[in-house]
Amino acid sequence: MSTRSIETLVGLFVLLGLIALLFLALKAANLGNFNTESTYSIAARFDNIGGLKVRAPVRSAGVTVGRVTAITLDPKTYQGVVSMDIRLGFKFPKDSSAKILTAGLLGDQYVGLEPGGDEVNLAPGATISQTQSALVLENLIGQVLFNKAAEAGDAGARK
Amino acid sequence: MTDALARFGRFSLEWLRALGHSAFFFVDLLRFSPAALRRFGLVLAQVNAIGNRSLVIIAASGLAVGFVLALQMYYALVTYGAAESLGLIVNLALVRELGPVVTALLFAGRAGTSLTAEIGLMKAGEQLAAMELMAIDPRSRVLAPRFIGGIVSMPLLALIFSAVGILGAYVVAVLLIGVDAGNFWSIMQDRVDVWRDLGNGIVKSAVFGVICTFVALYQGYETQATPEGVAHATTRTVVIASLAVLGMDFILTALMFSTP
Repeated sequence: MSTRSIETLVGLFVLLGLIALLFLALKAANLGNFNTESTYSIAARFDNIGGLKVRAPVRSAGVTVGRVTAITLDPKTYQGVVSMDIRLGFKFPKDSSAKILTAGLLGDQYVGLEPGGDEVNLAPGATISQTQSALVLENLIGQVLFNKAAEAGDAGARK
Repeated sequence: MTDALARFGRFSLEWLRALGHSAFFFVDLLRFSPAALRRFGLVLAQVNAIGNRSLVIIAASGLAVGFVLALQMYYALVTYGAAESLGLIVNLALVRELGPVVTALLFAGRAGTSLTAEIGLMKAGEQLAAMELMAIDPRSRVLAPRFIGGIVSMPLLALIFSAVGILGAYVVAVLLIGVDAGNFWSIMQDRVDVWRDLGNGIVKSAVFGVICTFVALYQGYETQATPEGVAHATTRTVVIASLAVLGMDFILTALMFSTP
C-alpha cells in the first residue's frame, strides 16, 4: 500500500475516533449542559438536606432553573448550607422559599424553589432562610410509631 | 520432599526472572519510543495495521453489545416503570466498563496475536538477527512503532465501541421498543459526567492498550524460534493479556469509582 493511502486511512480512523469522543461527550454526557449562560449564586439553609447531592437540579414549578454547586455544614448553627447557581434570566422574589423534594417515589432529590410575593428580588449571594428539609424516612416512621404508642397509651389510660 | 521444594524454588525464580526481564523490556520500549516517533511513517503504518483493521470487528461487537444490553435492560426496567433510564444504564456500562474491557479483549485477540505472530516469525526467520548485524536495533525499528501504534489505537477503538454501542441501544430502545427519545438522551446527559465517567474510561482504555501491546510484543520477541514456539507465544499473548486486562480493570475501577 502506498504511503498516501495509509495516511488517508489512518486519518479516517483517528477522525472516526474523535467523532465518537465528541458524540459521547456532547450527546451522551453532560458536556452539552455546560452552557456559557451566566448564572448568579444564592444559598439556602436546611435543617436536614437528606440525600441531596452536588449538581442536583434546582427547579421552580418543575422547570430546571439552576444547579446545586456546593453543600457544606454551618459549624455554628449546624445547618446544611446549599449553594446554588441560578440562571441569570430567572429572578425570584426575596421571600421565596426552598424545599428539598424527591422526583417520583424513588427518584433523586432536588431543590424546589417556591416564589414568594415580595417585590424585591433575591440579590446574588443572598441566603434563603425559609426552607423545608428533606423528608427522612426514618424520622417519619419514628413519628408514626410514636403516635401509635401514644394512642395506645391514651386508650389504656381511659380504660 | 526436597525435590518438590527445589522445584517450587526453581519455579519461583523463573517467574521472578521473567518478571524482571519483561520490566527491562518495557523500559527499553519506552526508551526507544521517542526515536520511533521521529520516523512517523512507521508508526502510521502500524496504526493502520493495528487500528484500522480492527475497526470492523470492534464496531460490530459494540453494536451487538448495545443491542443486547438495551433489550435485556428493558425487560428488567419496564417492571419498575423506569424504561427511560435504559440509556443511562447502557451508557454507564459501556463508557466505564464494557467499552474499555471488551475492546481490550478483542484487541488482544485481533491485533495482539498478529503482532506476536509477526514478530515471532521475524525472529524465527532470523530477520531480527539480520537487522542487528546491520547495526539496526530491532527494538527501535520494529517493536517501538508497534508499541506506539497499539497505544494510540486502543483508546480510539474503545471510544468507537462505546459510541456504536450507545447508538445500538438507541436503535433498540427508541426505534424498536418505543422508549421516549427525549428522555433517553436527557437522563443520560443529566447523569453521565464527562470527566468522571468518560475521562476515566479513556484512561482505562489507554492503560489496557499499553498492557495488550506490551504483552504481545514481549511474547513475540521472547518466543522460541520454532513453529511450536510461535504458536505457544500467540496463545500466551491472548491468555496473559486478557487476564492482565481483567485484573487491572478491577484495580482501576476500585480506584476510580469507589466513591459513589
